[in-house]
Parts: sequence; structure tokens; C-alpha cells
Amino acid sequence: MRSESLIWLAVGAVLVFLFAPVVIVILYAFSAAPIPAWPIAGFALHWFRDTWNDDQVRAALLLSLEVAVMATAMAMVLGTLAAMAVARMQSATKEVVSFVVLLPIALPGILTGMALAAYFAYLNVNLSYWTIVAGHATFCVVIVYNNVIARLRRLPRSLVEASADLGADAFHTFRRVQLPMMASSIGAGALLAFALSFDEVIVTTFTAGAQNTLPLWIFGAIRLGQQLPEVNVVVFAVILFTVVPVMLSQKLIGDAGRAAR
Amino acid sequence: MHPLKAWSSFVWRRGWAATGALLALPGAWFAGLYLAAIGAMFVTSFWSVDPLSGTLIPGFSLGNFQALLSDPIYTKIALRTVGIAASVTVTDILLAWPVAYAMVRLAGPRLRAVLMAAVMVPLWSSYLARVYAWRLILAHNGVLNWALIEIGLPRLHIGYSNWAMWIVFSYLWLPFMILPIAASVERIAPSLLEASSDLGETGLRTFRRVVLPLALPGMVAGAIFTFSLTLGDYVTPMLVGGEGSDFIGNVVYSNVGVTNNIPFAAAYAVLPLGVMAGFLLIARRLGAFDAL
Repeated sequence: MRSESLIWLAVGAVLVFLFAPVVIVILYAFSAAPIPAWPIAGFALHWFRDTWNDDQVRAALLLSLEVAVMATAMAMVLGTLAAMAVARMQSATKEVVSFVVLLPIALPGILTGMALAAYFAYLNVNLSYWTIVAGHATFCVVIVYNNVIARLRRLPRSLVEASADLGADAFHTFRRVQLPMMASSIGAGALLAFALSFDEVIVTTFTAGAQNTLPLWIFGAIRLGQQLPEVNVVVFAVILFTVVPVMLSQKLIGDAGRAAR
Repeated sequence: MHPLKAWSSFVWRRGWAATGALLALPGAWFAGLYLAAIGAMFVTSFWSVDPLSGTLIPGFSLGNFQALLSDPIYTKIALRTVGIAASVTVTDILLAWPVAYAMVRLAGPRLRAVLMAAVMVPLWSSYLARVYAWRLILAHNGVLNWALIEIGLPRLHIGYSNWAMWIVFSYLWLPFMILPIAASVERIAPSLLEASSDLGETGLRTFRRVVLPLALPGMVAGAIFTFSLTLGDYVTPMLVGGEGSDFIGNVVYSNVGVTNNIPFAAAYAVLPLGVMAGFLLIARRLGAFDAL
């Protein structure tokens, strides 16, 4: 019993460690002071308005959204196809495919960024919106893939066979049987992929030209120590933008889990 | 027969053809973009750059690698990067265990859901937001020193140092360790634990002799992320590290972004690739891929 309360004490300490920084950084968004200092001197909301009116922030936000939407859409297609293929495979080839799909997030970010930068230089491709999207889509695939493959493992193959026995061709079976069964897992994966893309900075610096995504804008501003009140607001907004899709995604997975039982 | 229908039934009757058709697009993407990019990095690491025009000169030269080996600063940076990545991994294993164990073995279903969410939220809260938070906390006039002074202790000067990097990296990647450990503890059959206590083992010995070895794949799976993510970072060293806290990533970043020497940067990036390849081979042996 005594060791159990010791474990809970440790759990409490770790949770404080995990949450204190998030809470502190959110509080700073409402600070009146032009330079971040603790304790926070005064409460203000006008930084939210100032940030919203900053053209650079708006342009960066727009680019980040455009990249995240496109990268997520591509990851949904590639990840779902890969998962459906792997679900039909024998163990040896299966391992190779799932390993390669995992590589972009299992290998250090600097490596993925450096490899893409070298490749684009090698091919004489100018850095643009599409090079950013290419990088993001690559590391987002595994997120969708993982969600879909987990679902496919639980689904009996007999449903697909029944559809074929009833005379449906592969496209029909896909559209009317497999897709509805995978839909919520694709959705959950897409939400996580969106959050991952929206927040990524390490690979993006290597694949973006002169354009700024929102994380690149934040990184630059922190480094130069400029516009810190706006950084506080943007950081608060980015936390919301990434946490909300994740909560939704967890709900999707949870609902599907309950429905399966 | 409609050609699409004919194709569809052809594909349907042959299992491999259907699998191949499904795999075509993702396969082309990964081979043509990702694996080709890693190949291009290898190739360009033997190239050089024209010092005047800044254009790439194809060819085969070991000059970049010789330059990396001859200047001790690059060895020092590599050792610092790998050393901090390793200590972050050990720290996260120690911090993750109580949470993972409590989540799976001690908590009821409701509390368990709460703990799960408590781990997921910081995991997905913006990376930059969390690094920035620590920059504010560890600064000279930050939250940490304010708290220390309030309780009558002297200020700590750990902002912008290797200590700061160790704390921040351990913080950033902790959820990546908690989740796989929890998953592997969950897979341990309760009968094994009962058998151990029936044979008269105490709780601690059961943990050390039964739970810990069986959860090893989970720990290694978590270590892939904590180690690799630290190894490949340059943003955190830039924002919370001090003078002389460069990582491999910082050298790579400044050679691509500032001096535009892609071949040299590519040559240095081959090192983390080698380190991770070794790591992943060992991880595979230990069964970590089944625990991912």
C-alpha cells in the first residue's frame, strides 16, 4: 500500500512537470507587458487584436493552413492505400513496407530535412509551397497509416468476401463496404496529421524558400527577440489549433472502439 | 465489358495484382521522394561547392569527410549530441515508469482515461510553444528563479546551457516514452504477476524480474523516439542552449541555410543516419517494432 502511494506521488510530480510549462505559456498570452517577465504584470487582451492585424502573421497562418490541408489530403490517400496493401501482405514484405513508411518520423528530423534539401538541389527544383507540402505529406503518411491498419486488423475479411460473392467488383466493394468501415480511422489519422503538419518546424526550414509558415515565423521572432507579445498570442493559438484536432481524433477512435464492442 | 470492370476483375482474381495496385502510389512516393532523397544526400556528400559562385560541383571527393575528421570541434559536437540524446532517453525511461505503471495497473477506467489525456495533450501541444515556455521559465528573471527566491533559495544559472537542453528535451519527448511502456505493460498477462507473488516474490522483485524484462520492447520503442528526436534537433539548442551548445543539426542547418554548402552539411548528416541505422537494428532484435 505504501509503495502504491509513492507511485502516485511520482505520477503527480511528473504531471506537474508536463503541464506547468503549457499553463505558463498560455498565461503569457494575456500579459500586458511588452517584454515577457514573471510574475506577469497586468492583464491585457489588446495583443490578440494587434497580432490578428499583423500582415506577416496572417500570411504565415494562411500558408500553414494551406500546407497542412494539402499535406493531410495527400497523406490520407497514400496512408490508406499503404494500409490496405499491407493488410493483404505476408509477414516479410509487410515488415519492409511498414518500416519504410515509419522512417520519416523514426529518423532524426534534421536527416529528413537535409535529405530533401540535397534532393531538391540535386534536381534543381526551386523551393516553394509544393516542396513544403512534399516534405509534410511524407512524414504525415505514417500517422494515417497507423490508424487505418489498426482498424483493418480488427475487421474480418469475410465482409469483403461476402461483397464479392454478391457480385460487387473491387471498386464497388471499396466504396460501399471498406471505405465506410475505415472512414472514422482515416478521419482520426487525418486530424493528427493536420496537427503534426501545422506545427512542424525542423523539416520545414529545409524545404521552404523565402516563405514563412507559422512555426517558422515563431522561430524567427523568438530567435531575434522581436514581437514577443505577438509570439505569446500566436503560441497560445497554435496550442489550441493542435490540441483541438487531437481531442477530436481521440473521440473518433474512442467512439469506434465502443461501437466495435 | 467496361475496361475498368475488366481490369477490376483481373486484379481481384489475382491477390498479388490487387496488392500491387494498392501499393503503387505510396510505393512510388516513398521510393521516388524519400528514399531517393536519402540517396541524393549520400551522393552530394561526396560533391563540393565552388567557393566563388556557390554552385554545386559533382564528382567524387572525400574532402568533406576529411574536413569533418580533421577539426576536433566536429567530434566534440557529435559527442555532445549523442551524449545528450542518450541521457535524455535514460531520464525519460525513469520519469515514464511511474505514470505508465499507474495508468495500466493502478488506475480505474475513468482515472485511466484522464491520465491518457494528460499524456496526449502535452504530446500534441505545439513543439515550439513548449520550447518557448521553457525559455521563459529558465531565463534569469524567469519563473524558476522567481520561485526559488520566494522560498528563500539562491538563483540558478541554468538558462542557456547544456543542463537546460537536457531538461527541455526530456520534457519534450516524455510522452513518447510513456505510451509504448504503458502499452507493453498492458500486454503482460496478469497470471504471470499472480504466479510471481504466489511463489513468494515481493512487489519490487516481481517488478524487477517479471515486469521490467517483459516491458523491454516498449522501452526500446520509446527510446527510438526520444533518442532520434533529440539527435535530429537544432531548434531547441538554438533557443535554450547557450554559447557552444551546438548540435549536429545546428552545423547542418547553418551550412544549408547560411553558407549554402549542401555537400558539407550532407556529409555531417550521414553520421546521425549511421547512428540511427545501428540503433534501429538493435531495436529490431529486441522486438521494439512490435511494440510501436
